[in-house]
Amino acid sequence: MTLLGDLAEALIGGDHRRVEALTLEAIDASLPPRAILDDGLLAGMKVVGERFRVRDIFLPEVLMAARAMHAGMDPLAPLLAAEGVASVGKVVLGTVRGDLHDIGKNLVGIMLRGAGFEVVDLGFDVAPEALVRAAVEHGAPVIGMSALLTTTMPAMREVVDRLRDEKLDGTIRTVVGGAPLSAEYARSLGADAYAPDAYSAVDVVKRLAGVP
Amino acid sequence: MEPFLTRLRSGPTLVGDGATGTLLMERGLPPGRPPEEATLTHPEWVAEVARRYVEAGAEVAETNTFGASPLKLALAGIGEEVERVNRDAVRLAREGAGGKAYVVASCGPCGRLLEPYGDAPPAAVHAGFLVQVGILATAGVDAVFIETMTDLEEAKLAVRAAREAAPALPVAAMMTFEKTPRGFYTIMGDSVADAAAALEEAGADAVGSNCGNGIGEMVEIAREFRRHSALPVVIQPNAGLPRLCDGHLIYDESPESMADRARELVAIGVALIGGCCGTTPDHIRALRSRIQRHAPPPRRPSGP
Repeated sequence: MTLLGDLAEALIGGDHRRVEALTLEAIDASLPPRAILDDGLLAGMKVVGERFRVRDIFLPEVLMAARAMHAGMDPLAPLLAAEGVASVGKVVLGTVRGDLHDIGKNLVGIMLRGAGFEVVDLGFDVAPEALVRAAVEHGAPVIGMSALLTTTMPAMREVVDRLRDEKLDGTIRTVVGGAPLSAEYARSLGADAYAPDAYSAVDVVKRLAGVP
Repeated sequence: MEPFLTRLRSGPTLVGDGATGTLLMERGLPPGRPPEEATLTHPEWVAEVARRYVEAGAEVAETNTFGASPLKLALAGIGEEVERVNRDAVRLAREGAGGKAYVVASCGPCGRLLEPYGDAPPAAVHAGFLVQVGILATAGVDAVFIETMTDLEEAKLAVRAAREAAPALPVAAMMTFEKTPRGFYTIMGDSVADAAAALEEAGADAVGSNCGNGIGEMVEIAREFRRHSALPVVIQPNAGLPRLCDGHLIYDESPESMADRARELVAIGVALIGGCCGTTPDHIRALRSRIQRHAPPPRRPSGP
């Protein structure tokens, strides 16, 4: 148990080499892959998210933790897949058209992968039709959209409208996030949900995708 | 006109211009397209924006080149137009200014995170600013504004590049802070004190802040810069913080209330007050009339 506590601490400290080593050690000790993920890596990311929210730490620390998360997920992912936990569902992600800011969106992608989602990340400056098309092609029940600029936020509405026009709004749900957004703005867009940060995005996407 | 830096140092407080992107969108710039593209597609809009600000009382016309570093233009898909986007923007700002305002180069972040947190090598970012400022300086500007920086490392690279590309031009460096429980920091964790010291060391002639805050927080930020730096301080607030109205975001700091509070900036000894997101020619007009009515106190000399 202290091994997973150490793993969480190493992740919080952004030490990707130590995270990789401790993950391998936990695997060698035959700890359940799901516990390594939940009580080690994700427990650490949760603390990172909370500290960032109150600006106890800043973006560099979050990015180093995200890199460490990757280092732990690399050896862990095949084991999670073998256990059948890896693919709980698919999500399409993108920063909306005109917006080149993808740091937050990338963090959401890391957290969703950690939670077992298959993430189709379309990158930044993504056209509304491309988000809808990708969700249809991949059979993804959720589209996650991000914007940092107040001028690009309206592009989110185009995705929502397009889903409704194509009568896809019953099968494909939308979640939005990004620094200038709020739950109120998400509602006014007609989006199905708002996620205030990368950690809570996982719970929101699970709820939208009907994943327990 | 006296040299830009002389005016910054000896006052009276200069009035900058306001937001560019929203005015271009009002004229028809498609949502999601970079404002710099208008320099190529609708040069008349770009000159008109500068003209409207100068008519409103702005003593500075910034070039429409905030996102025109080679790296950022490449992200926006018009990377091959670096030369034209920067050069023509200077001509258009000068045309709009009509000899009644300083023409100042605007340089924003390159749009990518520096190594080790992101994938942008510092040398490439530095080289990009070197190219951009080189073109702007050759086209003929009176000063360079490094703006909206959130990473002190990138801001330092930009200041150094500006110094190298245009040794004779004054450089003002502005960063964007957010209020945290422990004071003002950039998203990368840089404090006002750290920024003031590092930007001066990198060669900035003036330091300050733009974007991210309304004028209330900017008064606090300006005080901190004053406390930590003897350089002229430049401040360009947003028109308040964005608020929802019928599903649209609006900035609702009125020109009058912004101009009223700008007097506090003048009292602190701020050398230039302009506007960022949400500000309009009306904000600049109100600023100019208030600032002229309230003469600034004598500024601290910058030397020993």
